[in-house]
Amino acid sequence: MEVTSPQFKQKSRKALADEQLQRAMGKAKSGFIGKRKKAVEALPEFEALRSSARAIKDHTLAHLDLYLEAYERQVVASGGRVHWAETAEDARRAVLDICRSVGARTVTKGKSMITEEIALNDFLEKEGVRPVETDLGEYIIQLRGEHPSHIIGPALHLNKEQVEEDFRRVHTELPQARDLSQPESLLGEARQILRPQYFQADVGITGANFLIAETGTSIIVTNEGNGDLTQTLPRVHVVVASIEKVVPTLEDASQILRVLARSATGQDMSVYTTFSTGPRRPGDPDGPEEYHVVLLDNGRSSMLGTEFHEMLRCIRCGACMNHCPVYHAVGGHAYGWVYPGPMGAVLTPSLVGVERSGHLPNASTFCGRCESVCPMQIPLPRMMRHWREREFERGLNPATQRFGLGLWAFFARRPKLYRLATSLTIPALSGLGGRRGWFRSLPLAGGWTRHRDLPAPEARTFMQQWRDRDTRKQDGGAA
Amino acid sequence: MKEDTRKTPRVGLFVTCLVDLFRPTVGFAAVKLMEEAGCTVEVPMAQTCCGQPAYNSGDREDAAAIARQTIEAFEGFDYVVAPSGSCAGMLKKHYPTLLKGTAWESRADAFSGRVHELVSFLVDVLGVTAVPAAHRGSVTYHDSCSGLRELNVQKQPRKLLATVEGLDLKEMANPDVCCGFGGTFCVKYPDISNKIVEEKTASIAAAGAETLLAGDLGCLMNMAGKLHRQGSRIKVRHVAEVLAGMDDTPAIGGGGR
Ligand code: SF4
Repeated sequence: MEVTSPQFKQKSRKALADEQLQRAMGKAKSGFIGKRKKAVEALPEFEALRSSARAIKDHTLAHLDLYLEAYERQVVASGGRVHWAETAEDARRAVLDICRSVGARTVTKGKSMITEEIALNDFLEKEGVRPVETDLGEYIIQLRGEHPSHIIGPALHLNKEQVEEDFRRVHTELPQARDLSQPESLLGEARQILRPQYFQADVGITGANFLIAETGTSIIVTNEGNGDLTQTLPRVHVVVASIEKVVPTLEDASQILRVLARSATGQDMSVYTTFSTGPRRPGDPDGPEEYHVVLLDNGRSSMLGTEFHEMLRCIRCGACMNHCPVYHAVGGHAYGWVYPGPMGAVLTPSLVGVERSGHLPNASTFCGRCESVCPMQIPLPRMMRHWREREFERGLNPATQRFGLGLWAFFARRPKLYRLATSLTIPALSGLGGRRGWFRSLPLAGGWTRHRDLPAPEARTFMQQWRDRDTRKQDGGAA
Repeated sequence: MKEDTRKTPRVGLFVTCLVDLFRPTVGFAAVKLMEEAGCTVEVPMAQTCCGQPAYNSGDREDAAAIARQTIEAFEGFDYVVAPSGSCAGMLKKHYPTLLKGTAWESRADAFSGRVHELVSFLVDVLGVTAVPAAHRGSVTYHDSCSGLRELNVQKQPRKLLATVEGLDLKEMANPDVCCGFGGTFCVKYPDISNKIVEEKTASIAAAGAETLLAGDLGCLMNMAGKLHRQGSRIKVRHVAEVLAGMDDTPAIGGGGR
């Protein structure tokens, strides 16, 4: 997927003016936050669970090579194959080769952010293989030729009426007079359209929420059950997952599952938690004939041991963006790549380079709400600051910004000079503000006064007044 | 902290640059509150700003220099108190991180232990349970992010406000949601900041209080600036002004004196 993060400002302005988007975001915001809050309050041990989930991932990341090798051995032992992909290109090739080897014309897909990251759909299509998204949200945005705007709710930026319009436009074989006013009727219609596709598909592609080193199992959690059909009905099941998805045991995965759905949607558990271990064995009633895992690195291993190491604990629950005021304001598309919100602001620079995504870690108020809800206790603001440091070191921020900052720092590091300068400028500024007490505009303060007034300072600085008080005291005068 | 009750605690006031430049009233309110609670308060002249503009712009070098300068200036005080959760958070939580692995590490750690945000200092350290102030009218209180999430300032201001005679606290919806200030964020991304502060002023207005209070001047100037642009008549003040009984001064933007 093309990186359009450099246009973050333009895109966010557009998003702010988009009434449909603003309406959709307003609804999404209150829904997610309230549901998570309820689920967390209902589970007194939630905080303890967060810490143990974090500890599991920390341990795994410290021995990542070991667990990945163990995982591969178990996949092979259960009759599957692992394809190591260092880059997105490697991963796309691996998937295509598998499709070609079985002469696949159609593939069904469960919801997967990794396949978004490697831009698999466009690639397959170009190579003559038709990808069919089976998750309702993914299906909708595929119809619209869009990308997900949220990592667990790909079509979060849309309102029901927009989806109804799309369905009427595309599903022309269905009667025009049908009722599509309810979310359930939309889901029903998508199911009806998708059902035959599962049988046409030769390959089913899913992501993975966890890979289990102990057993070689991959786990997906879904709410629609489409993932199950995607991975059991076609002849070949391909799992595309990134390396940090591995955990040592099934027990570990079930620990983390207890915080995942609660943080994401406020459910105790997602509706379906599906385990796949290898292809169909003799005597199994169903399951694929072939089972492949494409294991993607795409820059993750180079995050190990850096300031961004902890980002690899992320379980893609979406809680950080659900609680982010900036995400609420502009939606996911403004971020300009696969991963939006606070997690995207850290991950995108790691994966595509900060020179292409510098706005993302800067467009944060550091309110800290993301970190406070992240089930894996990832210090997102701290890592955004680290990206700002890398930018600063490399001189990537705009010259005017650097100049302003340098000028300010020059004075801030020289208290006497600072005192002198402020004791001259503040009374002057106060005088300018006059009796009205407000500035509607002020040279160099356009960023502030574009949308709000600036209160004029009081007549003299605190330090000037404090000195007077001290002098008065020393003179023995009335304080 | 009970061992300190017999001797007079010596407090160094970290004024914060915004209070120094824009609203000295807040500084004097802080001094009054602490003096009334039995402290001697001094104001070291060698302070400027806490360094957040540099630190949050990725400029570690200047931020660390300012951190060292501040630590030096406040050497020898029992406590260092700031009328701002964001600046106190910088001094307490981020100076140690900034100076970790340098010769200043242990000084930064010791300094951090002495730093407090004003209202939590009054309540949690000095054990203040009531203030002798009166305020006729209704107020609503916004929880500024750093104070709330870095320093757990939430109950303390409400506890003291409840003891102000005549004051009626009307909570807004989501008082803990960011106001969109974010330091340099509000001028780097003015349109996004505007959207966030508009949501904030909508909940402030819906609360139906006459006065908005908070513990951070940056957030207050942001919200006050938006309210004024919107033509709202809601007055805006730092919580310390009301707690110190200094609400006879003009509210933020209330005109020069
Ligand atoms: S960073 Fe944390 S909150 Fe955000 S998606 Fe990842 S695990 Fe969830």
